[in-house]
Amino acid sequence: MPRPDTRVNADARAVVALRDVAKTYDNGTQALAGIDLDVVTGEFLTLVGPSGCGKSTLLHLIAGLTQPSGGRVAWWNDTFDATGGEGRRIAFVFQSPTLMPWASVTSNVRLPLDLAGVPRAEANAAVEDALARVGLARAGGHLPRELSGGMQMRVSIARALVTGPDLLLMDEPFGALDEFTRQRLDIELLALWRAQRFTAVFVTHSIQEAVFLSTRVAVMAAHPGRILDAWHVDEAYPRDEAFRLSPAFAAIAQRVSACVAMASAETLPHGSRAKSARDAR
Amino acid sequence: MTGDRRAALLRIGAPFAVAVIVLAAWQVIVTVNDVPAYLVPSPLVVAKTLYSDRVLLARSLGVTLDIALTALALATLAGIAAALLFVQSRWLEASLFPYAILLQVTPIVSIAPLIIIWVHDTRAALVLCAAVVAIFPIISNTTLGLRSVDRGLLDLFRLARATRWQTLWRLRVPSALPYFFGGLRIASGLALIGAVVAEFVAGTGGQGAGLAYQILLAGIQLNIPRLFAALVLIALAGIALFAATVAVSRLALGRWHESALRTES
Repeated sequence: MPRPDTRVNADARAVVALRDVAKTYDNGTQALAGIDLDVVTGEFLTLVGPSGCGKSTLLHLIAGLTQPSGGRVAWWNDTFDATGGEGRRIAFVFQSPTLMPWASVTSNVRLPLDLAGVPRAEANAAVEDALARVGLARAGGHLPRELSGGMQMRVSIARALVTGPDLLLMDEPFGALDEFTRQRLDIELLALWRAQRFTAVFVTHSIQEAVFLSTRVAVMAAHPGRILDAWHVDEAYPRDEAFRLSPAFAAIAQRVSACVAMASAETLPHGSRAKSARDAR
Repeated sequence: MTGDRRAALLRIGAPFAVAVIVLAAWQVIVTVNDVPAYLVPSPLVVAKTLYSDRVLLARSLGVTLDIALTALALATLAGIAAALLFVQSRWLEASLFPYAILLQVTPIVSIAPLIIIWVHDTRAALVLCAAVVAIFPIISNTTLGLRSVDRGLLDLFRLARATRWQTLWRLRVPSALPYFFGGLRIASGLALIGAVVAEFVAGTGGQGAGLAYQILLAGIQLNIPRLFAALVLIALAGIALFAATVAVSRLALGRWHESALRTES
């Protein structure tokens, strides 16, 4: 099968460029192979695919949290690497809120600023702003355990946004939430994305969520993890409930769905002994 | 509210009721069968002895508590230092941890005589013995805690390019606190046991005589009521130490950790 061309024509707009990237774990599990992908400035890219297709691993590679075992990952045309550079910032939102249970909401959100040595007064102002933007203006004094799952996820997003990141990576952030909360947070996330103009890479196993959020959807398959195909979703923003019910939404979702079904079918024969890439990590 | 009161009744009332029943039965059996006090003293006789020998026993209790608490403090400081050292490198931990286990599995009675010979100051020798007994749960629990850090948070710190020191102080140490206090709870009891065992071995008499010496002496003199009275004091001291560590742990973990939260709903 030919590789889908998910590279950008050699212009300078790529936030992250992956070339023939592979990841094999020490235990021999081949999580990813032959990944060519450019993440373009300002886009909202969603990776969707069956369990074990390496979505999470790919996101960790893009974050620089995992090293590729083959190929190359370049950030902002090599002006940025693991040691930092040019004030670029990457933020990550995990599957679970991953808040420090002993620290207040304010301290949790302030963490990236504290670690960077930002003066306290300036940091507190940024935290207040970030909390207000996720609708938690008055929750600063609470401990994480006093908040609902949806609110904890909002705190996690506020923590990611507080540094004003250029690239926001999200690993199934709303996967554990109920459908209503998830849909509301999707809409809020899009509003934040449009207001703050960061580049977003989002991982999910929900096709509906992928199509609703993204400017581009990439479908992945497993064994080895690879990108099967990608679509642009050229519908205008802001997107709301009406978009979810529109024929255009249904048409794109159907196409993505067919591709995911193919990806899953390819996965099935190995499925029983397949080890999820995330588990292997 | 009623739930709270019921929980308190269960926690305090139930063990108290057991104590009352056991003591009453003991008193009745001893009285009815006319058991002599030099074999099994009745609870009343023990209580009377506690009162009549209060000066002697209080001084001994003070000596034993002093040794146990100093040993606990020493074990805590040394244990935390060892754990911090261990998490700096897997190599260090692999090289040294077996010796911590060695310390744990060697019976204190077998090395106490050596320590007492080598260390001239008796109090220091006793403290050292008790600390050796108490240190292991602190080392192992704190090491485990410092390593049991949420992977996501660790990734977050890496992404923020946190220094080793920042990760230790802001992430590992708070994550380790519940484990440390679990270790401290066990260590508090061990420190007291260590102090008593060391006193037994040392057999220190005179002004510096602890509760263990009083038990030893009372046994020889067949002063069984005083032996029981000293035993009661050791048990009470152990319970008080345990309660104190629980209180400190509640205070430190505050509202955030499950172990410090009272059951709700």
